[in-house]
Amino acid sequence: MASNSSSSAQQRLRIIAGHLQKRPEEENASVAAQECKAEAPRSEPSSATPVPRRRQEIMKWNGWGYSDSRFLFNKKGQAEFTGKRYRLSGLILPSLKDWFEGTFGANLQHRSPATPSLNLSAVAPPHLNQPFVEDLKAAGLSVSHDPEDRVFRAHGHCLHEVFALREGRIGRVPDVVVWPSCHNDVEKIVELACKHNVCLIPYGGGTSVSSALECPREETRSIVSLDTSQMNRILWIDEKNLTAHVEAGIIGQDLERQLNERGYCTGHEPDSMEFSSLGGWVATRASGMKKNIYGNIEDLVVHIKMVTPRGVIEKSCLGPRMSTGPDIHHFILGSEGTLGVVTEVTLKIRPIPEYQKYGSVVFPNFQQGVACLREVARQRCAPASIRLMDNEQFQFGHALKPQVSSIFTSFLDGLKKFYITKFKGFDPHHLCVATLLFEGDRGKVLQHEKQVYDIAAKFGGLAAGEDNGQRGYMLTFVIAYLRDLGMDYYVIGESFETSVPWDRVLDLCRNVKERIVRECKERGVQFPPLSTCRVTQTYDAGACVYFYFAFNYRGLSDPVHIYEQVEHAAREEILANGGSLSHHHGVGKLRKEWMKESVSGVGLGMLKSVKEYVDPQNIFGNGNLL
Amino acid sequence: ILSYPRHPVLKKRDDFEDVLEERRRSSDLRYALRCYTPTLYKGLVPCKVSVLKSIVLQSDHLQCVIKQVSSESGDSTECVAEEASLILDEMAHRMQLSTVRFFVFTLSKAFKRLFRSVCVNEEGIQRLQQAVQEHPVVLLPSHRSYMDFLMMSYLLYMFDLPLPVIAAGMDFMSMKFIGEMLRMSGAFFIRRSFGGDKLYWAVFSEYVKTMLRKGYAPIEFFLEGTRSRTCKSLTPKTGLLNIVMEPFFKGELFDVSLVPVSISYERVLEESLYARELLGVPKPKESTSGLLKARRVLSEDYGSMHVYFGHPVSVRSLAEGKIKRSQYNLLPRYIPQKPSVDTHEFLNDAAFRLVRIQEENMVLKPWVLIATLLLQNPDGMDLSSLTEQTDWLRHLALAFGAFLDWPDHEACSEVISCSLALHRRLLSVSAGHVQLSVTDAPQVETTPEEAVFQRAVVVLSCASYRNQILHVFLRPALLAVAMQSANSSRKDDIYNCFNFLRNMFSNEFILCPGDSVQDFEEACYLLMKRGVLQVLEHEIVMSASGQSTLAFLCSVLDPFLQGYQVVCRYLCEETNENLTEKEFIPAVRSFCFVSLSSDLQKNALAALLRLKAVRKVKV
Repeated sequence: MASNSSSSAQQRLRIIAGHLQKRPEEENASVAAQECKAEAPRSEPSSATPVPRRRQEIMKWNGWGYSDSRFLFNKKGQAEFTGKRYRLSGLILPSLKDWFEGTFGANLQHRSPATPSLNLSAVAPPHLNQPFVEDLKAAGLSVSHDPEDRVFRAHGHCLHEVFALREGRIGRVPDVVVWPSCHNDVEKIVELACKHNVCLIPYGGGTSVSSALECPREETRSIVSLDTSQMNRILWIDEKNLTAHVEAGIIGQDLERQLNERGYCTGHEPDSMEFSSLGGWVATRASGMKKNIYGNIEDLVVHIKMVTPRGVIEKSCLGPRMSTGPDIHHFILGSEGTLGVVTEVTLKIRPIPEYQKYGSVVFPNFQQGVACLREVARQRCAPASIRLMDNEQFQFGHALKPQVSSIFTSFLDGLKKFYITKFKGFDPHHLCVATLLFEGDRGKVLQHEKQVYDIAAKFGGLAAGEDNGQRGYMLTFVIAYLRDLGMDYYVIGESFETSVPWDRVLDLCRNVKERIVRECKERGVQFPPLSTCRVTQTYDAGACVYFYFAFNYRGLSDPVHIYEQVEHAAREEILANGGSLSHHHGVGKLRKEWMKESVSGVGLGMLKSVKEYVDPQNIFGNGNLL
Repeated sequence: ILSYPRHPVLKKRDDFEDVLEERRRSSDLRYALRCYTPTLYKGLVPCKVSVLKSIVLQSDHLQCVIKQVSSESGDSTECVAEEASLILDEMAHRMQLSTVRFFVFTLSKAFKRLFRSVCVNEEGIQRLQQAVQEHPVVLLPSHRSYMDFLMMSYLLYMFDLPLPVIAAGMDFMSMKFIGEMLRMSGAFFIRRSFGGDKLYWAVFSEYVKTMLRKGYAPIEFFLEGTRSRTCKSLTPKTGLLNIVMEPFFKGELFDVSLVPVSISYERVLEESLYARELLGVPKPKESTSGLLKARRVLSEDYGSMHVYFGHPVSVRSLAEGKIKRSQYNLLPRYIPQKPSVDTHEFLNDAAFRLVRIQEENMVLKPWVLIATLLLQNPDGMDLSSLTEQTDWLRHLALAFGAFLDWPDHEACSEVISCSLALHRRLLSVSAGHVQLSVTDAPQVETTPEEAVFQRAVVVLSCASYRNQILHVFLRPALLAVAMQSANSSRKDDIYNCFNFLRNMFSNEFILCPGDSVQDFEEACYLLMKRGVLQVLEHEIVMSASGQSTLAFLCSVLDPFLQGYQVVCRYLCEETNENLTEKEFIPAVRSFCFVSLSSDLQKNALAALLRLKAVRKVKV
């Protein structure tokens, strides 16, 4: 017992525990690898994590994000953002109103408020498979058929889903919600589901924008939502190989924070990272903002464990690369919950970078901006993140500038604007902005920064400061909140994305934006829509493009239907212009109709045959993808 | 957009305004020098002629083809690139506003002498003004005369529209001075045939596409490829149409607007020239001295001229559901690709439909009706019966949807005598009897051959007027002939006959491929509405009162049926085994001289080849 090695191990444990002082309750669960239930029952898992079982306690039931954070127009007609969680929280945004009214032709007098609370009688009573529920309970699993729990897990964040909730319309919802707390629990649940023939729909962060969480209308069996949120521990960290083994229910911000506390990060930061889960990333082939350094999810995973109706699928070692036939991880990545539940993932981790720096560049027009990004990609010197907003989005970003505190700053802003538009001759209706994020050693970052700004200068780009850059990135976290504000005033919208070869980026952006405007006009939308895009990722052979599309729906009888028709047309346009069906949102049920066209009949057949072998009873019957 | 209304008669057309009226009142010089501020395309990337050239030469597409050609031929790439540059120099326009102003001045003078009026639908101009701002525009005028493109540019200048660049045949370049003048007013020149010349094709297509993509100027070309010598629309060519559509197919442009323009002449300037050409007198070579000799033309009265700008047709909506643009996803876009079978079919279909629109918007003058009747009565007609029948025909044509320009408040006899006066060179009127004849007759001694030739010239000239209205009567006429030859009143039998005729004549007339059923139904509908037929479920029955209409319709097609018969008879009886294509036309002509134009002979041969009744053997 008192041998040298064990005492030094204890010493190390103490030191690590010291690092973790802030979250002592996690010490047990996090540092030691152990069988979950038998040896380390968690005392209060819900207090250890920001995602409680009853999510509705901290999150909106009919909108994006935390209940305490929302945009509103105050009595003076000024926009403000409530709560304390974000940099923008508690601030006044003086120019948002004008932008909002001017862009959408909206009016603060015309409100379209949401139903304040869930009408429980609108929720159909659960269709329970009694023997299954009893077996679950007998196995000691936490189960609920509370209507609020069920409604919360019946949707993602597609426009039509949120719009229906705001109107108080509730469709088919899961009949039961079950919360496994470890891999073994999931095995048990899947086994019972097969035995009793119920439909399982895995639920991670609930941030899907592909109708992936919608209960299939034709499903007659009892539908069980398998909420992975309680499987949220980092099981071990291997500093020699720089890997971490993590339960798949952990959400992005927790994973990152907990790793940070130990001096590490994954670097995987999708825009939804506050809420989306590791398992969800794997199941949709997610992409993170800083993929240029850290890679997308498929580059980050070393090992995946998934429970399927046939049993558990996993590789036998942690080798960094293998030639053992087609990579079985690629059956799992992007399977969108149709094959099983991802329970544990081994991920690459990196030491936290020493230095981080934001930046931004103004270009005279979008063409120049794209040409610059292309050159950056050609030279393979992309910073951790580089994004190019078009002019409309640049103006949108400006509308989100908080009130300036000092006369000096506002004077400086004026001076900058004068310099760019008058002295440099940039047309404020054409100029666009690239936001940058550099990470790494301080010296290297500064060197890297210079290289990128030099390239930008060749394309007429002017450095436009760190502030603009930082605000650009902040925008991605609050934009989803903004949609809720729009919906309070007859404005609906959504974003969608694609990936496309470099030579087609400009044509695709122009054509898709114009198609949106034209489709809206043809469908009787009174005011021209907001139709804007940005290039969010660069690759060797192409880029990822993100579109925002929103319009004022006053006077339209079925705005959601019109929205869907326009988005459909926009997707057709994307495909016709050489864009992909999706870069990272996934297919879900929303984009299923194009799968065959996208991957060929044989390709689809391959995927179907895998599904048939793995899940012949269609237990994982969410109906996504295939 | 291009689908025909089930009831073509109800088609609404715009009103015309005479643009020469203003010209007759104010100074042409001041007009030519006035401030010209055209409406511009919203996505216009302004660039100079020289910059345009270097963009074309530097383009990925051309560079790719240059490398290909160089590796195939063994010449160095510099050498091939030099060649490409020369081709481009030979081709490219050098538009200059000053030259355009010169043309505006002289053309104002000329038009006022030649024409009584030049009528334009101003609503069409307004639509064009709109279209020009939205998307790159392609102008597709009909082609009956050299006047066509001069008039087009003249009108666009007049209405402050951007001046077009015009694809013109190389023949003009042989007119030294004029060729260069045309070049400076926006014409670019393409060789008549460059079948296998990859490099030429690449330079040419890239040149046109670059101008389109930059929104440099509207592109103008003739779908029919050349002037129609018969005033019948020619089977459209799809090469250039493919070039202007490709930037849309490949996503380089959101859309392209195609604007069909119908230009109709009361009297075509080249009237008798065409007839002679059809009879085998070679076309006079375009030359500046020839042009000067043609000044005689200026002293004649050519009546009025109508230009109708049709509704812009969006390539995007045309291709909707027909072209899968994603087929271009897997190849870099600069690599030239032959159009796929589907694309080719689409192009062909679109081309036919566009020509049909041109046809439908052609203004027809009363003389066209008179010519039709006079040709059916080779011995001439009494003025009174001509008046009566013209009036009858006028109502029939209107019922079939003809775009007839008939003076509103004039007596029928008045209208007819006016028309006869204008076309007096083609006919003789004596003692109330009207007959086609040669009026420059007093030549003393003519050989019989010459007399026949002279007569043929008149007949063919006259036929070129009748041909203008054929598209109105064509479908009912095919049905009439089908009924006559089917020897049955069963609908199926008649349709089969109709389909056969339609098929046989599809080189002769504009019949959209694949529209057989619609055409049949349209013909049935029109004749039923006229009370000529009763169309039952399985039968088609002629009404008692329909006899005369059917007889008229049959005789409309008669010359063509006879002509095809002659060709067939010739091929059956006379030919030796190895008749070459070159020998064919003179041979048929000598076999049966009368009333056979080379155009019809060519069409007949093409039809027989297509129907595999005749086989072409390569030697």
